[in-house]
Amino acid sequence: MQFFRPSSLREALEIRAAHPEAMPIAGGTDLMVEVNFGRRRPGGFLDVSRLPELREIRREGRTVRLGAGVPYARIIRELPGQVALTQAARTVGSPQIRTRGTVGGNLGTGSPAGDALPVLAAYDARVVLASATGTRTLPWHDFLLGPKRTALAPDELIVATEWEAADGPGSFSKVGTRNAMVIAIAGLSLQLDGAARRVRVALGSVGPTILRAPEAEAFGAGVLDEAGAWSDPRARVPEDAMARFGELVAEAARPIDDVRGTAAYRRHACRVLARRALAWALDDRRAAAMEAAS
Amino acid sequence: MLIRLNVNGEWREADVWPGSSLLAMLRDDLGLWGTKNACEQGECGSCSVWLDGDLVCSCLVLAAQAEGRMVETVESLGREGALHPVQAAFLEAGAVQCGFCTPGFEVAVADLLRHDAHPTDETIREALSGNLCRCTGYQKIVDAVHVAADRMGEVAP
Repeated sequence: MQFFRPSSLREALEIRAAHPEAMPIAGGTDLMVEVNFGRRRPGGFLDVSRLPELREIRREGRTVRLGAGVPYARIIRELPGQVALTQAARTVGSPQIRTRGTVGGNLGTGSPAGDALPVLAAYDARVVLASATGTRTLPWHDFLLGPKRTALAPDELIVATEWEAADGPGSFSKVGTRNAMVIAIAGLSLQLDGAARRVRVALGSVGPTILRAPEAEAFGAGVLDEAGAWSDPRARVPEDAMARFGELVAEAARPIDDVRGTAAYRRHACRVLARRALAWALDDRRAAAMEAAS
Repeated sequence: MLIRLNVNGEWREADVWPGSSLLAMLRDDLGLWGTKNACEQGECGSCSVWLDGDLVCSCLVLAAQAEGRMVETVESLGREGALHPVQAAFLEAGAVQCGFCTPGFEVAVADLLRHDAHPTDETIREALSGNLCRCTGYQKIVDAVHVAADRMGEVAP
């Protein structure tokens, strides 16, 4: 078993091409569990935790580019304006896990329960992949293909994820047995975009991969339109429309029964989380508008 | 493979298997048994150490990833007769029963107090959410954090 410790992305990609058997490892919070229990014996390790290119956070205009190797603890400190993402980051594992775990790891593992993934979906994020022969950028839904299945080629590394910061509030919420150290039974991220007049909702842990809820999104945007809430954030959205939004989100879920919960419970959780998340977002916009007016 | 790292201010080295965790190297190769091995999946926090100043589960770090880095273990806190205020507070508050989780908790508490000298109960519970104790029910551990914070606050900075 070989261990590679490259100090630049270029060097890492050359090693990746020559030694596809070497498993990339950053924080190790998923992979080391498998290694410790002998469930996985990679032919080697490619340590990407020292690559400066993967540890950058860059902003250009509205575009946020998050290096795949930035740990959750840094996301919480350095991206406070990306509220949904920092909320998700705060629910990942425990303090010990957040100093090590990365969004790149969530993407690489490709579990539908990865807490950062519904947020990336609600952000319409892109995944930046690199190999020794070039880079390519995929929309999140072309990268996450199924349960623990991704579009990553054997000679590629996940370099970053990027998205356009939305004009409006967003959130992440999840249901589990406790706040810390829990794999979500259901997770939801909602993002309002006032400039585009769009509501975006994504679900985790309730399908083979991360799911968006396009019918609920169209319905939500229409309801805000009818209420006049896009132009006047103080306008109230009727309660029955909020409830209907929750139902449409629940209909988009494709849950199964497993050890963590039943399909029926998961669907119910989606309904509740969606209604709450929309109410929080409308409250946040109202509060921001009132603060701006005062 | 030969791994060299700085543990508690001293450069140490060992010949380890490339898939070996930092935890295994600390305990099996360097004889530092204060860091406990329990779940080996990052759930329990018994193996908490600092890696370049960050609180981590040493079971989830490859020893080879710690090459050239600074590691601080529970042994860096204090020793018999010269306990760290956090360790003294655990004794005083009765925060130790079987004692197995105690080293991990002491490291996590010391880490919390590095960042927040006077944490609230809520902050303490969130900061210690990665450490499991099956004996105390946690209340006496929370009490110990307050005792330690008060004690450390008395010492002139």
